[in-house]
Amino acid sequence: MLEVDVTTSLGALTISAAIRADSGITAIFGPSGAGKTTLVNMLAGLHRPEQGRIMVGGKVLFDSQQQIDLPPEQRRLGYVFQESRLFPHMTVADNLSYGRRLVPKGVAGADYDAVVGLLALTPLLDRRPKTLSGGERQRVAIGRALLAAPRLLLMDEPLANLDVPRRAEILPFIESLRREFGLSIIYVSHNMDEIVRLADQLVVMAEGAVVAQGPMAEITARLDLRPLTGRWDAGAVLSTKVAAQDERDQLTRLSFQGGDLWLPRLDLAIGAPLQIRVRARDVSLALTAPEDISVLNVFAGEVMEVGEDDGPQVDVLVDIGSRLWARITKRSQRELAILPGRKVHVLIKAMAVDRSGLG
Amino acid sequence: MLSPLEIEALSLSLKVSLWAVAWSLVPGVAIAWLLARREFPGKALLDGIVHLPLVLPPVALGYLLLVLFGRHGPVGAWLHDWFGLNLVFSWRGAAVAAAVMAFPLLVRAVRLSMEAVDQRLETAARTLGAKPARVFFTITLPLTSPGILTGVLLAFIRCLGEFGATITFAANVPGETRTLPLALYTALQVPDGEASATRLAVISVVLAIAALVASQYLARQVARRIGLA
Repeated sequence: MLEVDVTTSLGALTISAAIRADSGITAIFGPSGAGKTTLVNMLAGLHRPEQGRIMVGGKVLFDSQQQIDLPPEQRRLGYVFQESRLFPHMTVADNLSYGRRLVPKGVAGADYDAVVGLLALTPLLDRRPKTLSGGERQRVAIGRALLAAPRLLLMDEPLANLDVPRRAEILPFIESLRREFGLSIIYVSHNMDEIVRLADQLVVMAEGAVVAQGPMAEITARLDLRPLTGRWDAGAVLSTKVAAQDERDQLTRLSFQGGDLWLPRLDLAIGAPLQIRVRARDVSLALTAPEDISVLNVFAGEVMEVGEDDGPQVDVLVDIGSRLWARITKRSQRELAILPGRKVHVLIKAMAVDRSGLG
Repeated sequence: MLSPLEIEALSLSLKVSLWAVAWSLVPGVAIAWLLARREFPGKALLDGIVHLPLVLPPVALGYLLLVLFGRHGPVGAWLHDWFGLNLVFSWRGAAVAAAVMAFPLLVRAVRLSMEAVDQRLETAARTLGAKPARVFFTITLPLTSPGILTGVLLAFIRCLGEFGATITFAANVPGETRTLPLALYTALQVPDGEASATRLAVISVVLAIAALVASQYLARQVARRIGLA
């Protein structure tokens, strides 16, 4: 879908990124100043790389060797900015149609009514951007980009200016974009909760360089990336499917590679895919299978890696079919001799799984 | 209420000012755009030339126009030979003088307003598939319209009051170049002219105030209509 290999310098920082992304949602994660926005601007044609090549869906947008450098209007990459950038002198309807009128003949664009319906924009059509809330503005901005029939949608911290309830309001819309329109998205964020919920693939950037890229679960399980990804309350990502609903006990069973997980009831259909984040501090370890305890989720596994940390605690990577992080004290680690290869039992408290990471 | 001579001076003033502003509008917006959005060698020089009429004595400017556009001046001779146009002693000359004097006010207002247009909106339009020219006409220009309106009205008011450059370049010809200020000046030159001078002064004041009030009202309306206020 996307093949990028570009270099540019921005002041003292050299940004050099080689990325391959498949279709779906690819998150670019990193601290501020890592060069995420500059990378996206290079894709969009708003910042010219010193050298390199950008290819989207088989079409070369930039190639310094062949001297190809398409202007932004010919790249057809939808861009949703952090500050929605709606045109203040136009109504919502005119904003939405702006790019739609410019779609080249022969390119199938998204259906106007479908986009307006999906993003719930019908009641807003006659209004001016000034009268909209932050969340409404971002929805219009997403719709406007979508209607320009983009090859790929770029989203640069689209939720950063919104408060938490508004974010929760927009996230389902972004999730549905891929589902309804089969659109691939590059999603820039420094918020791991959003990324866990949305992304299939993760690109980690730091100081202008790509440190790691790959499937979400794989990248979040890597210990060497902990200094970067660990900034957000460390944890591992599990890809699950809703397997069953227990109405009596108000619980939901999620199945994943390695077993079944019981969580407080989620309002989702059976079979719905769901990525969840299990925080390391909500996972404990035991040497023997515990009996008569209140914890619902117990899995047998094997220790793969033990982290090094200056503090009193240590993170342990355990393979239970999928990979999970457990955060335990150094004393427990010593007394239980938790070392790579050790067979352990992993305990996850059902109530602990962070709801903000859930769909 | 008004004497035929007063009506003649008033309507001539309006005609000269309207034409002066009409001729300045497109070049004024173009130069404002160059100054607001482009970097090029000689930008400071262009900026200086545009602002020259603000700092030069109007009579000096009128004389410069006479040298350039007079019957034997380089531009004037060309205009005469090719188009049979004579600016000196004609209302067109008065309009040229007024336009040149008012030009910096127009450019300044448009430029300030254009600089205030968020360039990130222009980039957003590019990513939606708009070429630079379309971005200018659909984003930049509409968002600059309050500034254009302000500039046009300021320039118009400035044209109404133009005296020095007009009398030097286009001379004081009744019915042709004798606008309100020139008529007022002429009235003061004849004995017992104070009464008609006072009447002309009052007309000038009323006209200027009316134009100012109209400009503020219209600017507010436009700002509201494009969703800025």
